[in-house]
Amino acid sequence: MNTYYFDYASTTPVDSLVVDKMKDCLSVDGAFGNSGSRSHVYGWKAEELVEEARVNVANLINCDSREIIWTSGATESDNLAIKGAAYFYSNKGKHIITSKIEHKAVLDVCRQLESESYEVTYLEPNKDGVITPESVEAALRKDTVLVSLMHINNEIGVINDIDSIGKIVKQNGSIFHVDAAQSAGKIPIDIQNLEVDLMSFSAHKIYGPKGIGALYIRRKPRVRLQPLFHGGGQERGIRAGTLPTHQIVGMGEAFKLAKEKMSEDFKNLSKYRDILWNGLKDMEEVYINGAIDNTFPGIFNMSFNFVEGESLIMALKNIAVSSGSACTSASLEPSYVLRALGRKDELAHSSIRFSFGRFTKEQEVKETVELVKDSVNKLREISPLWEMYQDGVDLDKIEWA
Amino acid sequence: MAYSQKVVDKFEQTLKNPKEASVGRWKPGDKDFHRVGTGIVGAPACGDVMKLQIKCENIDGTNKIVDAKFKTYGCGSAIASSGELIDMLKGKTLEEAQNISNQEIVDILELPAIKIHCSVLAEEAIHRAIDDFKSRRNND
Repeated sequence: MNTYYFDYASTTPVDSLVVDKMKDCLSVDGAFGNSGSRSHVYGWKAEELVEEARVNVANLINCDSREIIWTSGATESDNLAIKGAAYFYSNKGKHIITSKIEHKAVLDVCRQLESESYEVTYLEPNKDGVITPESVEAALRKDTVLVSLMHINNEIGVINDIDSIGKIVKQNGSIFHVDAAQSAGKIPIDIQNLEVDLMSFSAHKIYGPKGIGALYIRRKPRVRLQPLFHGGGQERGIRAGTLPTHQIVGMGEAFKLAKEKMSEDFKNLSKYRDILWNGLKDMEEVYINGAIDNTFPGIFNMSFNFVEGESLIMALKNIAVSSGSACTSASLEPSYVLRALGRKDELAHSSIRFSFGRFTKEQEVKETVELVKDSVNKLREISPLWEMYQDGVDLDKIEWA
Repeated sequence: MAYSQKVVDKFEQTLKNPKEASVGRWKPGDKDFHRVGTGIVGAPACGDVMKLQIKCENIDGTNKIVDAKFKTYGCGSAIASSGELIDMLKGKTLEEAQNISNQEIVDILELPAIKIHCSVLAEEAIHRAIDDFKSRRNND
């Protein structure tokens, strides 16, 4: 049997058009030069390509290319945005607002800042996984220096209203950082219509290479950051280090393609999500994690009650998906994101995330519906919880040993 | 974390042919139910629940496990550990079964360190089942 890849939220294959562009920046007959070399044509050529890529990234979100800084990925962008702003503006205040369902690249940075005498408020999402503008407004204080929230949640695909939140944050005079690793190139972002000061991007989530990302830094009014890397003064001193031309060119090309293909990609992803959900929704005890009408269709997280997520993933052995249940990772804790939604632990343990992408085929999704049904039924056949549920036992009333 | 081929094989066999892998149950009202001991361990909130049943017969004055069945909710290695335990139990006296250690399951399935609790759960399940059986015999 073929293997199917439904883990695009984790990473994507590099588009072959992107690979071709990258190849031209590596070897002796290509643009291998250091973009920082001002004294010869090799450097000039590399610089030209880097700036062309910068324009491509800027075009996707409708900003000035001078507002884009290259980084090694969204994790670095998040670090630079949050620490950079927190340090630079520390005399304005030391309070930061984020949410409980951010990516670890934001949460762990906030934890670090807490150990450096910053105070962090972790907002609770509502039951659909949304951080409401009202909850942000209620948490804002005079000394709130920064608000950092994600645009699309990586586990459940829920979309935050960064438009409304941005306006509230601006009124308070705080800086607004948005982690757009999962949203850039997937849903429209027009920075001109948003009150966003800092935005993190990753290339490998949209068919570009791993190891490259970018940070949007607003120019008007100018947002200042304290650099994390010091060195050769690249990127106007905000992020030192020789620019990896091939990576940058790859990211630029991926962002250009994403802009061209966004609406077509979105239409296909919606179709795949609907095929999957329509095929499975009539099963007993199936839950969507997140609200289907406010979710990016490329990420679909469901729980099959009475079946543990990792065993389901193991049963679906030719299908690459991931489990919200962290049994597959180093920790045995169920997903902190699903717990924050108020999902019972057993449902969090029973979750599975499907994420579709540009190279997903309709037939693959259709076959997957049948495979999932079959595997869930088989696992329920061997599940003592399913047996109790069928017998009418209320599992909440049992005292578990 | 990658599982050993043994865990994968045991898991897949169990799913493919549950009856042959001793998945099932005896319930009140079944013939010989008074000769069945049941042990349930774990909790849904922790991601593992194991239910083990042993059927015993008095052969030459000693209680021997003549059959066993299980159902498990949990990760792949929890399901494989239950199945492995079942294979060990059949034909053993209660005393022999009582002495099965989780390390035997760890060794057979080559469980990774983070999954050792699955084998511990299996050991607890057999202890519970034996206790349950003994309490029933007292009530006869």
